[in-house]
Amino acid sequence: MLIDTVLFYIFAALVLGGGILTITRRNAVHSAMWLIVSLLGVAGLYLQQQAEFLFAVQIVLYVGGIMVLFLFVIMLVNLDQAARERQFNRHWFVALVAVAAVGAEIGYFIYRGRTGFHIAELGAPIAAPHALGNTEMLADTLFSEYLLPFEIASLLLLVAVVGAVVMAKKRIQ
Amino acid sequence: MPTSYTELYFPVLVQALIAMGLAGGLLTASYILGKRVRNRVKDMPYESGIVPTGDARQRFSVKFYLVAMLFILFDIEAIFLYPWVVVYRELKMFAFVEMLVFVILILSGFFYMWKKGALDWSGTDLSRRRR
Amino acid sequence: MPGNFATASDVIRFLPEIILAVMGTLLMILDPLLHRRSSNAFGHLSILALAGALGGAIYAYLNGGPAFGGMLMVDGFATFFGVLVIVAGILTILPSYRFLARQGAETSEYHALLLFSVAGQCLMVAANDLIMVFIGLEISSISSYILAGYLREDKRANEASLKYFLLGSFATAFFLYGVALIYGSTGTINLAGVNVVLSGPGAPSLVFVGVAAALMFVGLGFKVSAAPFQVWTPDVYQGAPTPISAFLSAGPKAAAFAVFLRIFTTAFAPIGHGWEPLVWASALLSMTIGNFAALQQSNIKRMLAYSSIAHAGYVLVALTARSEVGTAAAMFYLAAYAFMNIGAFAVVSHLSGKGERYQNIEDFSGLAQKQPLAAAMFSIFLLSLIGVPLTGGFFGKFYIFKAALESHLVWLTVLGLLNSAVAAYYYLRILVMMYMREPAEATEAVEPLSPGLRLALIVPAIGTLFLGIFPNWVLDFAGKSSVLLK
Repeated sequence: MLIDTVLFYIFAALVLGGGILTITRRNAVHSAMWLIVSLLGVAGLYLQQQAEFLFAVQIVLYVGGIMVLFLFVIMLVNLDQAARERQFNRHWFVALVAVAAVGAEIGYFIYRGRTGFHIAELGAPIAAPHALGNTEMLADTLFSEYLLPFEIASLLLLVAVVGAVVMAKKRIQ
Repeated sequence: MPTSYTELYFPVLVQALIAMGLAGGLLTASYILGKRVRNRVKDMPYESGIVPTGDARQRFSVKFYLVAMLFILFDIEAIFLYPWVVVYRELKMFAFVEMLVFVILILSGFFYMWKKGALDWSGTDLSRRRR
Repeated sequence: MPGNFATASDVIRFLPEIILAVMGTLLMILDPLLHRRSSNAFGHLSILALAGALGGAIYAYLNGGPAFGGMLMVDGFATFFGVLVIVAGILTILPSYRFLARQGAETSEYHALLLFSVAGQCLMVAANDLIMVFIGLEISSISSYILAGYLREDKRANEASLKYFLLGSFATAFFLYGVALIYGSTGTINLAGVNVVLSGPGAPSLVFVGVAAALMFVGLGFKVSAAPFQVWTPDVYQGAPTPISAFLSAGPKAAAFAVFLRIFTTAFAPIGHGWEPLVWASALLSMTIGNFAALQQSNIKRMLAYSSIAHAGYVLVALTARSEVGTAAAMFYLAAYAFMNIGAFAVVSHLSGKGERYQNIEDFSGLAQKQPLAAAMFSIFLLSLIGVPLTGGFFGKFYIFKAALESHLVWLTVLGLLNSAVAAYYYLRILVMMYMREPAEATEAVEPLSPGLRLALIVPAIGTLFLGIFPNWVLDFAGKSSVLLK
């Protein structure tokens, strides 16, 4: 459908434009703002893929939570001093080589076309989108088959908390 | 009844467009219609009254970072509750125990942070509090 | 039925991780409650926890099998490495008592993070599913980043922690990217499932799988400090608290190698001829860079860091062999290496003094006169690191190169042997310092051996000698387990 295609390009433009502006802005706060734009674009793409839960995660966690953390961290750093010091983002040659390599890779993929590659077939056919909501399907799998990773994720969060306290305590003293 | 996925979210799209149009329109309108005065006093943060001193950007306390970290922690916990709610009726007690273990682990992190004084803003730092 | 997803046998097979996680959490919340600034109680508790986990791991092995729908695989291989990382944890705590007291650091978080880290490594070695590998890797790594910077006032520890964190997260991202590509092209993240898809008729294009394998190689290569992803190692080992340097070179490294072996010899076995040259080159590079850089070090911790890179190279030789004999050799080598390296770092930790002042090789001069026991133990570890007969290091190298020859890797074997000859020089230099020089400032100031430290020296020494005199006990188990791997 035309509108889907148009929306895809709009979201893709948000992602790429936001990404480019994120890495080129000199002011770290501006970079963070453009990162939000990029993340919103990704959220849009998720929705287009009918991944509603990921869409919600993207908005609530990334655009909401993680960006707040980013901004706080930026505020923690003495930006004026950081701007005066030697910048490490001047490796033009390395960057060019990397971009050329990725460009060649993408070019090769486009040249071979979609039929040039083989991807293993999925075992079970995917249920029709409206028969069961995406969130429900995801939840079914998450809380039964993937129960262990889910529980263990809380341990990971715990480690993060201890780490944050141990590290931040250092600065306060 | 919507027949396709895009159609299902069409109202959302319309709403987003209206919101963007409204915000953009109002800004444009004020840009076109408003009268612009440019001088040094007008550019000051407080147009009349207090004369600003120094830079507005100061380093934040690291406590903000701890609060943000805690926020993320509970954000992640909350986001896991959404899919949990959807299947709760199906999995019953099993899902309840699952979430209980998860929440207890997260809460012990909260407890640790709290008791450690990471949320204490009353000037006492962490090291002094512990003595 | 939902009950099928977590049966009693699942829980039993998951016992060591449960014990470690619960005890870690307990230590964490006990800390603010027991208003004591520095206490040995946390150390005792965590040794208790690790001992419990050791028992749990053995109990889990006796009731072994897949757990949680194939997420974990409790087999001989998992148990071997599980026991290895748990023992590494215990041997790290023993010298930590004195060390933390000397630096005036708090103990509770240190031990809690150590337990979490070991729990993560136990998950890694038992993981049979890429998502579990990833979560285990993250738990283990994040705890390690913090532990590396645990000494707050030390600038070098801060630098070490930051470097380790930035490069480590980058490496984990590479690994995750590889996992995503595998899922995208094969439709499964179960290791056995990936193997089935790759060897079946509908295998995905090699482009995807090859790129995925390469990305995962980068991520894991960083974690085991294999060249060319080794640059972080000297800085981190030097800056981190010495017991933590010991831990990093034993626990996380062994766990990462376990993941390496499991993924590349099960999931990626069908494309083995593709990744073999990659690992071959990395093995040679690691051995050469590690040994030649170690020759020029004057700081003992940096020297041991470069030697650790070189030893990662030897284990990669075993991986290049792509055989069950090679896997068993790698397992044996990692066990021997854990003992000798933790022991060596324990001696360094003992001598370094407050603020870790004494870290130079010259500081060891005359140690034999002042503390014959410490010097004798250190000699055992160094001789084992060289690979002298009657030590675990000798049989480790012997089995690895034997496996390499069986797989017709003649050149790699020759170059590896030449490398070990070079390595002998920088280890022997320390021996000469200890036995043939007069005591210097550092050895004059050295404090008497505490009971914990005495144990931390004697246990690894016994382990090293045991592996050197009765290698068959461990090797037989490793050989049996490596067959079970698939």
